[in-house]
Amino acid sequence: MENYQQLFKDEVFWKSVWNTCKYVIITVPIQMALGLLIALALERIQHFRWFYRMIYFLPYITSVIAVSWVWRLMFEPSVGFFNELIGWFGLPSQKWLSDPKLALFCICAVMIWQAMGFSMLIFMAGLQGIPKQLYEAAQIDGAGRWKMFWKITLPLLNPTIVFLAVTGVISALQTFAQIQSLTASSGASAGGPLNSTVSIVVYMYQNAFSEFNMEYASAVAVVLFIFILLVTLLQMKVLNKSYEY
Amino acid sequence: MLKKKKVNGFDYLIHLVLLAGVIIVAFPFIWMILSSLKSLPDFYSFSFWPSKLDFSGYKYIFEETDFLQWYINSIIIGAIVTLSCLVFNSLIGYTLAKYKFVGGKTIFILILSTLMIPTEMLVIPWYVMGTKVNLIDSYLGIMFPGLIEAFGIFLMRQFMLGIPDDLLDAARIDGMGELKIFWRIALPQVKPALSALGIITFLGNWNAYLWPVIVISSDKMRTIPVGISLYATGDSGGIQWNTIMGMSTLAIIPMIIVFLIFQRRIVEGIALTGVKG
Repeated sequence: MENYQQLFKDEVFWKSVWNTCKYVIITVPIQMALGLLIALALERIQHFRWFYRMIYFLPYITSVIAVSWVWRLMFEPSVGFFNELIGWFGLPSQKWLSDPKLALFCICAVMIWQAMGFSMLIFMAGLQGIPKQLYEAAQIDGAGRWKMFWKITLPLLNPTIVFLAVTGVISALQTFAQIQSLTASSGASAGGPLNSTVSIVVYMYQNAFSEFNMEYASAVAVVLFIFILLVTLLQMKVLNKSYEY
Repeated sequence: MLKKKKVNGFDYLIHLVLLAGVIIVAFPFIWMILSSLKSLPDFYSFSFWPSKLDFSGYKYIFEETDFLQWYINSIIIGAIVTLSCLVFNSLIGYTLAKYKFVGGKTIFILILSTLMIPTEMLVIPWYVMGTKVNLIDSYLGIMFPGLIEAFGIFLMRQFMLGIPDDLLDAARIDGMGELKIFWRIALPQVKPALSALGIITFLGNWNAYLWPVIVISSDKMRTIPVGISLYATGDSGGIQWNTIMGMSTLAIIPMIIVFLIFQRRIVEGIALTGVKG
């Protein structure tokens, strides 16, 4: 119990909890919205569907560590691509990952880039499960495209949305490898600058394997477990509701 | 007629937007390959193209680092874990789905409940256990958490449930042994699930980082992600971007090629496990 008392007084721990919440709140809705948009667009077109699907899905299967280092090079303040890019539009250079205000958003961008393809894929499967007759019937009734989307597509995609939200939240709660490779260097441990990007798992890892304080790290891990348990229980509650079409 | 034309215009717009998205999504990969072909002075200031094609990064990777060894480690570990998962998860899944025995349901629920426990919570006990039985820094140490795993059991059970009992009974009447029934009759029925499980297991191991980076301590035992990450943050004095990008390229490009070859199967497999899971 001493560990938990210490934990509740630990500012870095609270910072890590808050950051983890930010990762979840920022990445999950955006990656799902983008995935749905791409899936809807792919549903519309007839040609090259496999090509788009392939490219958009590519980031999901590649190694987090390897691609994170590529992003890190692009974020590099002096020679990186992004400063050059915004320079073309006349904007001042940013410090990206070394800026405590921006760093977390940079990591979120990488996470969204990787997870978007998975959302797209699952949404495509979900869209295929919607019976076409429903749209035909709605068209006869004179419903517009926009109305059909809100009244047919979205409600029927509900199980897919719940599934993606839950898996998205759980994996965002466990963010580790991106933060490790985007912010750690030989001089500084992950989670910098000024602990602005530290997540629960990063904090646990540092306590366990840099400080070798296994008991304290286990307490951090238990907190993570409680978060995930809550999400899973919530999911069961939502999924147990039955939907009437 | 008019309506059709309008739809076509909208379709072109969609293609345009999708193509713009493709460029954004694929750009990091292009940047990675370009950067791996730059010489170190190219990184002193911004340059889009390499000033001349320079393979010194790749030369350094193969001559001065253990990258090849890491590659072999990743392949061995991925192959063994995948094989073990396919054999044991499907055996357990089959048993839970097709045999009635006392406590069967309880065992299934116990296995399912472990799905809720995140890896992050388990790495500390694994590490403490591993040090006691000398598993740290060995192949077995890296592999043991993945050899049998709850999600795979769940997936295989769900698919095995779909095999008609009559089919198995018919084989029994013909005098087939139980193991042979499993091998010759049940397994071929769940091929899509097997290939899906194999793909996600291999991918997961190829990209795994948290547990490997904890359990590996010597240079020779590293897997590719661990190798890249430790090389980039520690081994080199100062960041040698062309070498790091070369390593990333070598790690990613074969995966992309394999993905292109088995595209349909991989995509379907992941969608299948996603929807069923």
